[in-house]
Amino acid sequence: MSAKKREHVYTRRLDSAFLAVYNGYVFFLRFFREVFKGRMEFQEIVKQCYAIGNKSLLLIGMTGFITGMVFTKQSRPSLAEFGAVSWLPSLVAIAIVRALAALVTALISAGKIGSSIGAELGSMRVTEQIDAMEVSAVNPFKFLVVTRVLASTIAIPILMFYCTAVSLLGAFLNVTLNEGTSFIAFFESAFEQITFLDIFTSLAKSIAYGFTIGIVGCYQGYNASKGTEGVGKAANSAVVISMFLIFIEEVIIVQVSNYFRI
Amino acid sequence: MEEVNQPEAPVINIQDLHKSFGSLHVLRGVDLRVEKGENVVVLGRSGTGKSVLIKIIAGLLKQDRGDCLVLGQEVSTLNQKELRDLRMKIGFSFQNSALYDSMTVRENLEFPLVRNVANLTRAEINEQVETVLDAVGLLQTINQVPSELSGGQRKRIGIARTLILQPEIMLYDEPTAGLDPITCLEINELINEVKEKYHTSSIIITHDLTCARATGDKIAMLLDGQFLKQGTFEEVFNTEEERIKSFYDYNFIQ
Ligand SMILES: Nc1ncnc2c1ncn2[C@@H]1O[C@H](COP(=O)(O)OP(=O)(O)OP(=O)(O)O)[C@@H](O)[C@H]1O
Ligand SMILES: [Mg+2]
Repeated sequence: MSAKKREHVYTRRLDSAFLAVYNGYVFFLRFFREVFKGRMEFQEIVKQCYAIGNKSLLLIGMTGFITGMVFTKQSRPSLAEFGAVSWLPSLVAIAIVRALAALVTALISAGKIGSSIGAELGSMRVTEQIDAMEVSAVNPFKFLVVTRVLASTIAIPILMFYCTAVSLLGAFLNVTLNEGTSFIAFFESAFEQITFLDIFTSLAKSIAYGFTIGIVGCYQGYNASKGTEGVGKAANSAVVISMFLIFIEEVIIVQVSNYFRI
Repeated sequence: MEEVNQPEAPVINIQDLHKSFGSLHVLRGVDLRVEKGENVVVLGRSGTGKSVLIKIIAGLLKQDRGDCLVLGQEVSTLNQKELRDLRMKIGFSFQNSALYDSMTVRENLEFPLVRNVANLTRAEINEQVETVLDAVGLLQTINQVPSELSGGQRKRIGIARTLILQPEIMLYDEPTAGLDPITCLEINELINEVKEKYHTSSIIITHDLTCARATGDKIAMLLDGQFLKQGTFEEVFNTEEERIKSFYDYNFIQ
């Protein structure tokens, strides 16, 4: 051992990156250790679910609707080239159910919910409210983190189904305006190609995304550094990191579900 | 007191406590005893580690070296359950009040109560909330949220929130900082009332010598990470030590 202690193992930034991954992992494990321990804060979970829905319902609805409509519009010319415009409803439905709805919901929620969880817990950390809970013999992890992670894991799948419905509606509107297809005919042809596996995969995805958004937001907020800029940083990295993880999860889940499809 | 004169164990007993943050050596061998029913005032300039000291007592930070015995238990070695039981007996009033700003005053006060005391009826909860709120004289704010309160009111609600668990030890972090002189006097009175009504032993951190004189049975002066001098107000300030004198002179400059 050298006499002078080395300050870092690799470079300082690389070290802190590894440390952050490790700390995140510890936080993740702590969630599972604490989730069934002690008193369950049902009231707080419901309150958080409501807050999540309330915050993002309008935005997700609008984005979903526009996505469905624009996607349909843009797909029409290429199908028309082959004289296959009648396939439009089922093509659009597959795209929405398999990929778009879950991703749109997740990305909007990461921006809206992830940042607000990060900022809220961050400011509670900075103003010592989390310490105050701790000294009053209440477990702040259980009350703040567990409830928010569970709430986003529950609420985001629900928002995903809502987004699917609204996107399909947008697609229907575009189709009915152009081709004059009836509501029933549209949805009959839309659901022709959708399998149980598609819906199940979407559900699994959005549960994973919901959990990710919740836990990343909580981790960033709970461990926010002191000072007001800590709050902003927590909110910002909550969004960036959860989006990054969502794309990685997307790739993995799609690979796994394709494995089952064959 | 007509009791047999046997030495009672101190409520808080700190010996040779050290704490550093990186290269910043904040506490360098702190010794402090708080006897039962005693108000100890800790004085010291900004950044000398007063808040760090009481955070170690409450188990929010861990010391690097030295002993910190609270009610006979070494805080740093307690497990989660033991720490929780100890914290039920400690009231911690934060420097910035640390009220939960998403909750009303009533919810702030209920928060520790319903989570630590099992099987309370709604009526009992309300009664206890109103009792402590009355003790700090702010019954009318019960349905307000913290952002609607003044700094002095927040401080008092913060104290009420700690009283609701009926602590044996109170730790006040700058209870009068940033308040006008009259509100300061009210807070000083409140601290003394708390001591009488709830039979607490306290540590009061302050820069304010009026507060120190009004509330402290014993004064301890934190300088360079150590308690330079401990004793009654007169004992501490009746000194030729330059740094203590300057602290005194500055406070009573008028
Ligand atoms: N969690 C922490 N991490 C790093 N440094 C800290 C931490 N807490 C306190 N410090 C440092 O320790 C020193 C003492 O801080 P402390 O808050 O105890 O001062 P104080 O005596 O309470 O001052 P004030 O009267 O301004 O409240 C400061 O220099 C501060 O920067
Ligand atoms: Mg302080």
